[in-house]
Amino acid sequence: MEILFNIFIQPFIEMFTAPDLLIQVLWEGFVSGTLYALIALGFVLIFKASGVFNFAQGIMVVFGALSLVGLYSLGVPAYVALALCILIMFLLAATVERFVMRPLVNQEPIILFMATIGLTFFLIGFGEFVFGGEPKLMITEELGLPTGSYDIEAFGGLIILQQIDISAALIAGAMVAALAVFFNKTRIGRALRAVADDHQAAMSVGITLQQIWVIVWFAAGIVALATGIMWGARSDVSFALQIIALKALPVLILGGLTSIPGAIVGGLIIGLSEKMLEFYWGPMLGGSIESWVPYFVALIFLWFMPQGLFGERIIERV
Amino acid sequence: MRLKYLALAAGAAAMMAGSLVTVPASAQDKIYIPLLTYRTGPFAGSGTVIADGLHDYFTLLNERDGGIGGVKLEVEECETGYNAQKGVECYEKTKGKGAIVYNPYSTGITLQLIPKAPVDKIPVLSMGYGLSATAVGEKFPWTFNAPATYWSQMSAIIKYIDTQGGVKGKKIGFIYLDVGYGREPIPILEELSKEMGFSVLKVPVGVKEMQNQSSHWLQVRKERPDWMIMWGWGAMNPTAIKEAVKIRYPMDKFIGVWWSGGNVDVRPAGKTAKGYLSANFHGTGANFPAIQDILKHVVDKGLSQAKRETVGDNFYNRGVMNAVVTAEAIRTAQKLTGKKVINGEDMRKGLENLDITAERLKEIGFDGFTNPIKVTCKDHAGAHAIYIQQWDGESWSKVSDWIEPMRDRVRPKLEAAANAYVKDKPGWQTQSCS
Amino acid sequence: MFYRENGQFKTSYAADQAVFPILQDRIALAALLFVLFVVVPFTFSDFWLNSVLTPTLIFALAAIGLNLLTGYAGQLSLGTGGFMGCGAYACYKLTTIFPDVNIIILIFLSGIFAAAIGFIFGLPSLRIKGFYLAIATLASQFFLEWAFGRVAWLYNYNASGAIEVPTRTLFELPITGPTATSATRYLVVLAIVLVLTFVASNLVHGRIGRAWMAVRDMDIAAELIGIRLLRTKLLAFTISSYFCGVAGAMMVFLWLGAAEVESFDINHSFLILFMVIIGGLGSIIGCFMGAIFIWNLPILLRSTFGGLIDAATVEHISFMIVGALIIFFLIVEPHGLARLWQIAKEKLRLWPFPY
Repeated sequence: MEILFNIFIQPFIEMFTAPDLLIQVLWEGFVSGTLYALIALGFVLIFKASGVFNFAQGIMVVFGALSLVGLYSLGVPAYVALALCILIMFLLAATVERFVMRPLVNQEPIILFMATIGLTFFLIGFGEFVFGGEPKLMITEELGLPTGSYDIEAFGGLIILQQIDISAALIAGAMVAALAVFFNKTRIGRALRAVADDHQAAMSVGITLQQIWVIVWFAAGIVALATGIMWGARSDVSFALQIIALKALPVLILGGLTSIPGAIVGGLIIGLSEKMLEFYWGPMLGGSIESWVPYFVALIFLWFMPQGLFGERIIERV
Repeated sequence: MRLKYLALAAGAAAMMAGSLVTVPASAQDKIYIPLLTYRTGPFAGSGTVIADGLHDYFTLLNERDGGIGGVKLEVEECETGYNAQKGVECYEKTKGKGAIVYNPYSTGITLQLIPKAPVDKIPVLSMGYGLSATAVGEKFPWTFNAPATYWSQMSAIIKYIDTQGGVKGKKIGFIYLDVGYGREPIPILEELSKEMGFSVLKVPVGVKEMQNQSSHWLQVRKERPDWMIMWGWGAMNPTAIKEAVKIRYPMDKFIGVWWSGGNVDVRPAGKTAKGYLSANFHGTGANFPAIQDILKHVVDKGLSQAKRETVGDNFYNRGVMNAVVTAEAIRTAQKLTGKKVINGEDMRKGLENLDITAERLKEIGFDGFTNPIKVTCKDHAGAHAIYIQQWDGESWSKVSDWIEPMRDRVRPKLEAAANAYVKDKPGWQTQSCS
Repeated sequence: MFYRENGQFKTSYAADQAVFPILQDRIALAALLFVLFVVVPFTFSDFWLNSVLTPTLIFALAAIGLNLLTGYAGQLSLGTGGFMGCGAYACYKLTTIFPDVNIIILIFLSGIFAAAIGFIFGLPSLRIKGFYLAIATLASQFFLEWAFGRVAWLYNYNASGAIEVPTRTLFELPITGPTATSATRYLVVLAIVLVLTFVASNLVHGRIGRAWMAVRDMDIAAELIGIRLLRTKLLAFTISSYFCGVAGAMMVFLWLGAAEVESFDINHSFLILFMVIIGGLGSIIGCFMGAIFIWNLPILLRSTFGGLIDAATVEHISFMIVGALIIFFLIVEPHGLARLWQIAKEKLRLWPFPY
């Protein structure tokens, strides 16, 4: 009986008796959710246009943030460093297209997946070789990002909203909107969608695959850079950050591998449910259940929708 | 097609040919010390500084004194990445070159090496980490964890809290990295909570959540513990301190283990981390004659990988301290055996009879650097006392005296744990101490 | 010139269907086994036995396990590390509860527990496919990692949270624990791996293996010709996990000697997946080649560059080279080393003549 009470009644009593904490938990879930969505977006962009499940997204996050901090430490002004970083992400995209994607065109998805893990290894070694393995401070203030917090006294308690979290949510929202416009309204965006539907048909109407791939990898690189700045500001910039990318995987299967709205809705569902479950039900199980709970949430959804919430239904024929 | 396969085959053959060229055994007029360090991976932040400290003190001895007792030291780093399997590989690779002692620098690797030490006759020195029970010298003749164990440290921290307004009826939060290392002090914490009447809130942080701790700290905010103790490592530390600042946890009630007190850990939070406490067993800063010597003879000559400003960092000095203990044990071994070039068995004797007095510390340029260490056959930890330091926004300052652990509580638990370890290992080498 | 099959006539169906139909292959295999069983244990150093051969064999077995699932049955799994952990913890509990039962029997039994867990986590494969399934198997990986750390009963309430291997003997000779020599441990591993390789080889050449391949190539078509998907897929998960479980138990008992949760983390799942892909999907011999390549390449790089530059740089460079070589191999031969081996053999049959 006590177990049932702990599962079904106790957490809700806590929610009602301390509404300030409930709101704080929801806020944390919302912020984590937008950041997970941002990482997931990087995966979706590449998967949509090339069918590659890009495991290197995590290390690209680290790589982007490290380049930014590394350039700044060399004495480059913050905004110039940011611009140079975008250039670096472009070079990375072009290199990956030339040396990894192009020779592997038309291979099985699993081979491409493995190649991105190989790329991850390479970038870990390269990044540590160039920047060193020690953690670095994100140049939050130099980039003009706020560092303070808003304290709101409400619901019989204190709700603390970090300004960096608010700006993270805003930037994530802006990037998603920009990408949506890019995909739907521009010429290149339409070409991207054509490639996503059918490689060969797209080529036959005169779309160059190589160019499209460079563009999607570049877009994913910019998303990675933004993610790196945001997570870096929340703790520090080190190679441990790439583990964060694993958090985006349940978001992906929940939202569907090919859907941009899916990544956002999925991110929010995972972020909110993860923080709520950890905070209210986690201690009962000994805590730290965040590592696997999102996957089970995603599995429950998948049981009913095997292609994710917004994934494309595939009709299989023999 | 042909060419492609030919190239492949040629490449493969070249790899095989270049493979595993056996390294000749080191010359007999040197003492070989392998260092299992890590400058890569998620824990590189803490590992790099320690590795620099270790490396630089040995280099200093070679440069300034021509080695120890006239014998040069040959120091080789082997990169483990804090990974137990790579650590074992390093061990197997270096043990044949005449290694005299191992500093595994990871609890996981230490656990693997403990059973190997008596077989290969090379002692393991896990300075302030590893298995607490190895302090019991009767049961672990080949393993040393001077100057203190996690359990004695935990009891000393509780003692410190007790002097700051008592622990009875208080709630103490324990946030820890959810691996063997972080779980190690839980038994002693739970026992003390029963005896001294305080309650414990355990907050485990999984390795994957190291940089994602907001829900853990909301838990802290909900439960409002009077004190927080942290057993963190690597990227977990700066994130925890930042999150603690975020929920307005009073920093002067937040105590980190000695592995959570690196300058890299507090720097991201900067001024806001002011007041944060951390345990320690050696001095910080570069104001020791020997560390000035390191700057002069090693760093300024470009023989170190360390940046000049990290010399004197808490973890840098931790590495130096480890090197000092090793070097003093080598000296003791040379004195005991009369040999100049010692082997693993001699080193074991040296470690077991290690006696670093306050005068000796002064002699080698570390006046007041640490509490005197006296290792005995029974007690492989040696000193045990720790102190608490506080971050003032720029550097650490000592805020407590040396705190003795609760020996009467810790020792029986250590012995019980040692007995449990040895129980199902028939033929385990023990020794009797009279 | 030397690799000719002239004069070797097959006079029965059994001879025609043999795994090694060519005489030279059988001789080479016998010679290899002789070297592995008799020459190696007495001549190789501890470093070779402990850090090169034993882990290679153990990982090869895990790779066979994963290959059965991914290469033969077509179900991508990223949970190998967790299943290996199941085997290791099961073996540890079994030997604690039944200290008198021979450890080799327990190693074989412990695979059954891993198989049971694999069965449960194989259930989503009925609904979910491809990368969706791969990510779903991560659920098992992370849940198991968490459980190994959280359920104190699994590690006998040790203060360190690690499992430490007790000494167990076979005919009075210690084969696990600190007193066992590396040669004995190597021989035990070799024997177990060979037995299970034989089993796996028979499985994939038989009815079950053909059903798996049918499901891999097109599951709807397989269903139409009367293969029950539910049973076949779950069987693949179960048997694959059995192999991984035994490999995990051996990893802790016969190689590492002690293990924490981190010994079974996600990186091991990727490591073994690499071995399978680089070795060749759907090939048993490829698993051995993949394990030899992926496990020993970094060791090789580290010892080649070892003395020249500092340890950290060596590590960085070896990461870069391993990553680049993986991409390189995928580009030149996506079907893996096993395919290269096959091509080499075809060429050798005709050598030195072009046709």
